Amino acid sequence: MLTLQNVEVIYSKVILVIKGLTLEVPEGGIVTLLGANGAGKSTTLKAIAGLLGAERGEITKGGIGFNGHRINDRTPAEIVKLGIALVPEGRQVFEHLTTEENLLAGAHTRRNLAEIRRDIDLVYQYFPPLAARRRIEAGYLSGGEQQMLAIGRALMSRPKLMLLDEPSLGLAPMLVQEIFDIIAQLNQEEKVTVLLVEQNAAMALTIARYGYILENGRIVLDGTAASLRDNEDVKEFYLGLSEVGRRSYRDVKHYRRRKRWLL
Amino acid sequence: MRFLLDELPFFLELLVSGLLIGMMYALVALGFVLIYKASQAINFAQGEFVMFGGFVVAASMRYHGLSLVLSLALGFGAMVVIGLLMERLVLRPLTGRGVIAIIMATIGLASILKGLLLLIWGPLSVNIPLPIREEPVEIFTLLVKLVAVVGAIISLVFLAGFSFLFLRSRLGIALRAVADNQTVAQLMGIDVRHYFALTWVTAGVVATIGGVMWGNMIGADVHTALIGLKVFPVVILGGLTSVPGAVLGGLIVGAVENLAAGYIDPFVGGGTKDFVPYILMILALMVRPYGFFGEQVIERV
Repeated sequence: MLTLQNVEVIYSKVILVIKGLTLEVPEGGIVTLLGANGAGKSTTLKAIAGLLGAERGEITKGGIGFNGHRINDRTPAEIVKLGIALVPEGRQVFEHLTTEENLLAGAHTRRNLAEIRRDIDLVYQYFPPLAARRRIEAGYLSGGEQQMLAIGRALMSRPKLMLLDEPSLGLAPMLVQEIFDIIAQLNQEEKVTVLLVEQNAAMALTIARYGYILENGRIVLDGTAASLRDNEDVKEFYLGLSEVGRRSYRDVKHYRRRKRWLL
Repeated sequence: MRFLLDELPFFLELLVSGLLIGMMYALVALGFVLIYKASQAINFAQGEFVMFGGFVVAASMRYHGLSLVLSLALGFGAMVVIGLLMERLVLRPLTGRGVIAIIMATIGLASILKGLLLLIWGPLSVNIPLPIREEPVEIFTLLVKLVAVVGAIISLVFLAGFSFLFLRSRLGIALRAVADNQTVAQLMGIDVRHYFALTWVTAGVVATIGGVMWGNMIGADVHTALIGLKVFPVVILGGLTSVPGAVLGGLIVGAVENLAAGYIDPFVGGGTKDFVPYILMILALMVRPYGFFGEQVIERV
């Protein structure tokens, strides 16, 4: 459904952020893109959503394809109309709009008001706390409610593919669990394909079927969620588990060297 | 007591005509507020918009012998074109370069408009004849210029209509979404370029209405652009982002400057109108930096 072929992204004509990234999201799947701060996860999502222009970034090589369309040079609006919705990092709800107005803004590309109303009710079904806050300015919602609103707002464009940028950021573990359950549910019931960017690898690998690990703008590892969960390196550096307890710093250095060499 | 009673009609006349002019300030300020809201850019050319829109109408009638309706259409048309060009030629290439670049561009635009006007039509002041009686009318024993009343009513209709559009319609929601967070608005499929263009076009259109009214009252020429200087105190008083704030700010500035001019000018020989609004503005900044209705930044704690 979504394919990135050897994509290279450069900011301000000099800063190479994504160095030949290839990944694929199959229809109906949940794919996760894991990586540390600054690995290029958000940049990848922005490249797909057509948002690089505003930050003086550009795709200099490779192609992004979505259902047979090449979407490299499309505007964000055109990409939304094709059926891709991005839930941005840090929620970014429209603070001065009410909850309901946020949802209406999410439905900007649609014309049929009756269907929009139906979908607003659907969002309230998935996220009951929002229904009670429909007339409140979104800036005053709690962090969890804002994350729900950001996802609900993205749903309002009836996307075929939803890109989620760290939905767990800054939320309590209980809430993270709840949000992830709902993402899995949306994937099942509303047939929304999901590309999930996360630092919380443990959580992401519970709902994803396939995962990629991004370091320094390159995919260093990919595989099914189960195989990634069992991978020693992933356990050590992304899940924070290891059979021998904490390794010494020397081993870590060794690992880093080895991994660079692999590239 | 007797003195106060004698003074009352004069005071009320100053107050009422000040408030009427204030409505027109508010209308011109509306354009400024919309642009600021949508792109956080300060439009230093708003006064020049008033001047240029007004003068196109004036010149079409006086120099080219066109009818009022046709001249108005030309004036609005010119400002719509300028608004669209502004988006296409200035804002779009400057995307992602920061607000300062856009603000500087508006200063440049102001000079270009002034230069164009002098280049094409010369420096003479031209009056715009409107089919409105020149003699003042009496409203509750007060003498008021009819054109000021008409101008205030048109302003009111426009401001009310716009507030409604802004709050209730889907277009308004999209515009406010753009104002709130441009990048995320794009993610909703909102083409922000259209909305920027819309704000600039609206700013040009409301400025033209102001320009025609002033052109009728005091004649249109390059100095009409000085109206732009009044817009700053108006929007600072009201809070840069608020339409009702612009109305309140406009009324206050209009009334205060007119009263000050009426009472102080005879002693100092004129000029009070030009600085009193700024004294007000500075006071307002000290007491309420966000203005009366300005958006305070929401901080969750």
